[in-house]
Amino acid sequence: MIRTAPALTLLVMIGPIAAGLVGTILPALGWLPVLGGETLSLEVFRALFAEPGLKVSVWLSFSVGLGSTLVAFILVVGFVAAAGETALFRLASRLISPLLSVPHVTLAIGLAFLIAPSGWAARLISPWATGWERPPDLLIVQDPHGLSLAAGLILKETPFLFLMLLAALDSLPVRQTVAAARSMGYAPMTAWFKAVLPQVYPRLRLPIFAVLAFATSTVDMAILLGPTTPAPLAVRVVQWLGDPDLGRRFVGSAGAVLQALLALSAITTWIVGERLIAMAGRRWIRAGGRGESESLVRRAFSTAMGAVCLLAVLSLAALVAWSVAGPWRFPDALPDRLAIEGWRRDGGSLIDAAFASASVALASTAVAIVLVVACLEGETRSGRTPGRSADWLLYVPLIVPQVAFLFGVQVLLVVARLDGHWVAVVWSHLIFVLPYVFLSLAGPWRRFDTRYVAVARSLGRSPASVLFSVTLPMLARPVLTAAAVGVAVSTALYLPTLFAGAGRLETLTTEAVSRAAGGDRRVIAAYGILQIALPLAAFMLAGLLSRRLSRPR
Amino acid sequence: MAIRRLFFLLALSALLSAPLQTAGAETRPWSEIVATAGGQTVHFNAWGGDDRVNAYIDWVGERVDALYGIELVHVKLSDTADAVSRVLAEKAAGRTADGSIDLIWINGENFAAMKANDLLHGPWVAGAPSFALVDVDGKPTTVVDFSVPTDGLEAPWGMAQFTMMYDKAYVESPPRNATALLDWVRANPGRFAYPQPPDFLGTTFLKQVLAMTTDRPDLLAGPLDVTGGDAAALSVTEPLWAYLDSLHPHLWRDGRAFPTDEAALRRLLGDGEVSFALAFNPARASAAIEAGELPDTVRTFVFDGGTIGNTHFVAVPFNAAGKEAAMVVADFLMSPEAQLRKQDPRVWGDFTVLDVAALADGDRRAFAALPLGVATLSPEELGPVLPEPHPSWVGWLEAQWERRYAAGR
Repeated sequence: MIRTAPALTLLVMIGPIAAGLVGTILPALGWLPVLGGETLSLEVFRALFAEPGLKVSVWLSFSVGLGSTLVAFILVVGFVAAAGETALFRLASRLISPLLSVPHVTLAIGLAFLIAPSGWAARLISPWATGWERPPDLLIVQDPHGLSLAAGLILKETPFLFLMLLAALDSLPVRQTVAAARSMGYAPMTAWFKAVLPQVYPRLRLPIFAVLAFATSTVDMAILLGPTTPAPLAVRVVQWLGDPDLGRRFVGSAGAVLQALLALSAITTWIVGERLIAMAGRRWIRAGGRGESESLVRRAFSTAMGAVCLLAVLSLAALVAWSVAGPWRFPDALPDRLAIEGWRRDGGSLIDAAFASASVALASTAVAIVLVVACLEGETRSGRTPGRSADWLLYVPLIVPQVAFLFGVQVLLVVARLDGHWVAVVWSHLIFVLPYVFLSLAGPWRRFDTRYVAVARSLGRSPASVLFSVTLPMLARPVLTAAAVGVAVSTALYLPTLFAGAGRLETLTTEAVSRAAGGDRRVIAAYGILQIALPLAAFMLAGLLSRRLSRPR
Repeated sequence: MAIRRLFFLLALSALLSAPLQTAGAETRPWSEIVATAGGQTVHFNAWGGDDRVNAYIDWVGERVDALYGIELVHVKLSDTADAVSRVLAEKAAGRTADGSIDLIWINGENFAAMKANDLLHGPWVAGAPSFALVDVDGKPTTVVDFSVPTDGLEAPWGMAQFTMMYDKAYVESPPRNATALLDWVRANPGRFAYPQPPDFLGTTFLKQVLAMTTDRPDLLAGPLDVTGGDAAALSVTEPLWAYLDSLHPHLWRDGRAFPTDEAALRRLLGDGEVSFALAFNPARASAAIEAGELPDTVRTFVFDGGTIGNTHFVAVPFNAAGKEAAMVVADFLMSPEAQLRKQDPRVWGDFTVLDVAALADGDRRAFAALPLGVATLSPEELGPVLPEPHPSWVGWLEAQWERRYAAGR
């Protein structure tokens, strides 16, 4: 088990992606014998490019993805440089990890509840300040340029990049570096930008690429916040792949391939921009300017970060308010009365969906933990740590757009008669749960002092016994935290559930997305709250258990 | 060895059942079917998106259990096409008996597809006692589904008719024809919307406007022929596109965004964002008012020349495990008892397929005594029903719409 674990993990994780990509590319070239496609040609791509509004869809995905990533990156880097070590910084760090466990679907629904013309924000200031007795006819949510979609993405990407930046900074002597620069007369932000950023940036690249790939190919968030005339490319790909006219599967596959190229070109654009900025930056650093009058910039970054946090918190508050609302008409600032209507009305499906979410999350996380622990234990025993290329492999599921390979996976599942089965959904979740569990657990595990192991072994314990009675109990906290991360990741997954579940397994996330457009807001809010409650419960349980387990016996 | 024997058995059973398959028609007397039905289980594959419908199906389950000893299991679908492809997959896999679906709630394209692929049991409907009460003359859509003859392969269950909702707080007198609607929307920009096709209600709005504006309604009943290009179809539909071209700039969000579906549009009406909504169930508005989704100032109306209407049906797949019980359930669904309860706006509010005037006295009085619901039109007020165009028009209309209005500006 221990020796085969890395190979098995790769097979479980990368295998479906590779097979899925093949299963997507072949139909894109016209090869899908089940549907009568038996010759390879570029005809399908010609049909794809003839789709109305394709260019607009492609541009939307590209601009929204790249733009939101850039804004989130600048925000995070600027804020850390501006506010490092201040009280606001500590508040933001505390706020941001729970925010990270909020599924993007939940956040998008809350944001729409907040900023739509009939949303809470408009209700709070109407009619006394605006004169609006009815919601104004303003195109805010689903605007043709994807601005509200970009806003939603920024809300979700900022906490992720912030946490990644904090983790990367952990291993650097930031305080000493900044202090040294300050002693040479550099202003605080300038010191951080010139001395810290160049060191920390390389560690941020993979997370940034993952964010770029996600943002250019998001489907669930785009369904909720993105335009529809036309929709971003990824949404249209999913529609083509699900069209009752089976022939549309070909165009869908070609679209999926285009989607992968689009993500790749966004990453390439980023890399080009990165090089240009690095060149300019080197000149800037060499010029030796100490930086003056930073206070305005600093205040701007702190305000912007505060605004992002506030927007996220208010979005969630809108969700909570709706989940317990009775009748609530525009322009009332608050519902007429509180009611549990939202929870009761659809109680049966709500409970079913919660169970489906929980069972898939627990199963995929359990498998992931076993595999990851086996991999890491293998490292401990052999004393070898894999190089940076292994990091890249871990990021493969996060960088290859989901629509690009999930259709291929679905075809394989159909052939294996596994589509729609719970097991298939668990496996498809495992592809995405594994890397996050690994990233979360690898650091603490590799820092673990192996002398404990050596002592236990010298007392005659077998390696297995050492693992279960020494290593795991001492690492209980990071293991359980990694498990909670796994549950959070699984709960939020939309497309893998949709494709592997063949629409038959309905989780909180798929239900929330399918109801968000027109369902009763109170019911949708209830789904959203449960979506947060599941990962939150996992994190709390992890905290509780690890305290109990790590107590000396 | 075992596998070879299994293969032989499969081949043999295929051979033996082949004549039965092609015969298809149900020849047994109804009493024999009822006698066989007891103790069978019916997996009723029906869209499960409406709590009220689900509750009604639960009630049907209790009744058929009490009357015939049939166990009814509601398999809640999010899309009926899933059930169609499941039966198709079973046929492809050679599962000609003991299929997983016994009864499907169906109409339109899905029925056309199943009929064309020989996926349905029957004809059997004419033999069902309750079918004699169905108003096939007054409601011709009970035997012609989207211009495709049902040929006894599906049993009518309920009637749907395109209906407009309006909030009388914002609309003084509802616009009763296409021109009046356009004038209203021009005078009140941003307060009218329809769901984005290919949502079925959005597409129905297109069909409705097409029916109201075209000079050649007769051509819509026949299959669409685009082998020689779009020109012929375009000439029939030109008035529709001209109408939409003048309507769209004044729509909600200037026609640059559209509500997703019926429920989304209804929510917009509830929020006061728009002044109208559309429905396919004439009693939907009353139900939504009851549930607190819509203000009690909402009322309904139909266009003067009539509105698109259709019937929804239930059908039995060719390989159903519980064929007899499925037919008995379908017969019960058409019975006055079940139809009466279904039409009750406090239960579901779905209009009956029966000829109420021809029913026995007690049943007729019971139907007459049903409350209509505060915003529901009476069958007389609902006016004439316009037929659905042939299913082949749907995809073409949707593609045209997308090219014109959803390709970005």
